[in-house]
Amino acid sequence: MNLRTLWRKSVNIIMLSLTGLCALVAVSVLFFILGYLVYHGGRDVNWDFFTKLPKPVGETGGGMANAIVGSGKLLFLAALFGIPVGLLGGVYLAEFGGHAVPFVVRYTADLLNGVPSIVIGIFAYALVVMPVHHFSTLAGGFALGVMMIPIVLRSTEEFLHAVPRSMREGAMALGASKWRTISSVVLPAASRGILTAALLALARVAGETAPLLFTAFGNRFWSPGWSQPISSLPVMIYTYAVGPYEDWHQQAWAAGLVLLGLVLVTNIVVRTLLSRGASPQRS
Amino acid sequence: MATAPSTAAAAGLPWGPRALIRRARSGDEIARLITLIFALVVVVIAVLLVYQLWTNSAEARHRFGLSFFWNTTWDPVAGQFGALTFVYGTLVTSALGLLIAVPLGLGAAIFLAELAPRRLSDNLTFLIDLLAAVPSVIYGLLGVFILVPLMRTEIQPALKRTLGFTFLFRGPEYGIGLLTAGLVLAIMIVPFIISVSREVLLAVPGDQREAALALGATRWEATWRAVVPYARTGIMGSIFLALARALGETMAVTMVIGNNPTISPSLFSPGYSIAAVLANEFSEATGNLYLSALVELGLVLFLLTFVLNGLARLLILVTTGRGSVERT
Repeated sequence: MNLRTLWRKSVNIIMLSLTGLCALVAVSVLFFILGYLVYHGGRDVNWDFFTKLPKPVGETGGGMANAIVGSGKLLFLAALFGIPVGLLGGVYLAEFGGHAVPFVVRYTADLLNGVPSIVIGIFAYALVVMPVHHFSTLAGGFALGVMMIPIVLRSTEEFLHAVPRSMREGAMALGASKWRTISSVVLPAASRGILTAALLALARVAGETAPLLFTAFGNRFWSPGWSQPISSLPVMIYTYAVGPYEDWHQQAWAAGLVLLGLVLVTNIVVRTLLSRGASPQRS
Repeated sequence: MATAPSTAAAAGLPWGPRALIRRARSGDEIARLITLIFALVVVVIAVLLVYQLWTNSAEARHRFGLSFFWNTTWDPVAGQFGALTFVYGTLVTSALGLLIAVPLGLGAAIFLAELAPRRLSDNLTFLIDLLAAVPSVIYGLLGVFILVPLMRTEIQPALKRTLGFTFLFRGPEYGIGLLTAGLVLAIMIVPFIISVSREVLLAVPGDQREAALALGATRWEATWRAVVPYARTGIMGSIFLALARALGETMAVTMVIGNNPTISPSLFSPGYSIAAVLANEFSEATGNLYLSALVELGLVLFLLTFVLNGLARLLILVTTGRGSVERT
């Protein structure tokens, strides 16, 4: 009997420490990633990296100025398409919806959220690239925008639901119409949450490579306007990492560090702001 | 739109042409219509997506029919396209990923939900969420330059020495290959398993735990016999969600899998996955048949993740009792 208790107690301790170990391993991956990127890429994040164009193949040196600007342009387009659709769609779901339409919209949004990013790339290719027969900034921005929509939509809905009912009733009691209530009371109250959610969505698509491979394609030079192939940081990292040159590998590390830095800083700032302010109903 | 009269009636609003005009003038109906249009854009995009995948793959579907799935030849020059090697690579790497990620993720989720003090748990979950935000190309970068050399010089020789008698760990140690891709996938999906499983475990009523403890169970026994079984369906949901991610993961896998369309029982051998072949060949596909065969691969990937995501959502919904359907 005593032996059995001892056995149970040791199983208890062993298994519980194992779960702790699992958590430790999972979390330490983040520090490994950061550590390796800083170690390998830290040296090459310099002035040239941000200001110079890539050198012709075979020459060392050069930077990724065009890729950084390119990522910016693509994200701008994505936001231009993804945020209005997500935001206004979310307002409909939270404020105007009946039963049937919101159910269908929510369901398709969740479905869209789960579609592999490479399939979104095929979609954008078929819809935007194929009719005009060339890769373009527009196609890349469209692909990223499609990926943003479900995230912005669902979080807008959540944050609107989190606005207390009494605020709506107060505005209505003052004689405001429903739209007036939403636009000048409910939306401002939820604005911080919605803004941070939009930023999180941007940070998510900023690192996407797969949907850009055959929409924005890539470019070793500047890409003026919106209808030419354009370079972006994630695609550059991919191309340089699988390329054969040592110098390319160095720059891939540097670009990786810059990209991860941007994504992590956005996430940290946004999530800290979120946890301080009114958060949506989470456990 | 059909619900407009009923909501108006339910709210006791006057309903009639004049009232309608009045409400329209106040902007409510217009706002409703505009937001409805934007909400419907989501549905339109999804429908267009399916339509494009379906029509653009028509040529390959008609030409090859079901033989597309058991044919192993992928020869763009001869116009022969079979998807079996890619399906094999996708399934094997995803299964490997799950095999490693599920115990690890579940263990970590148990620690975070049941053992860790609230503050520590929240902080660790914050880090896990950050991990989920790391772009996949970064995982690929580390995979190529850190994991692949490590596999080649350390892990694969060690596996060969100890488990080399099985057919799974044979052949030359390239570093790249199915095993490495599975490992990278495991690292990538662990955060998803952890964060969903943790939420599911936290949703288990406290009574469940207390009853087991009151009967004299140890902390581990209470967790393993009372809490985890209660959350079983939700945990399954998190696993399906992770599987859907693993199947569709492109960049990291493309960079370490070896991109070689062969089927070999050894996990050391280089392989190819659906997403990887799309990433590599789509932009240079010449000819309609080639392109439509690639689009059909995309369609297969879409259908796989569609079914898995649907199942996952259903399971999580059942356990946590909250989710997309009930949140009105």
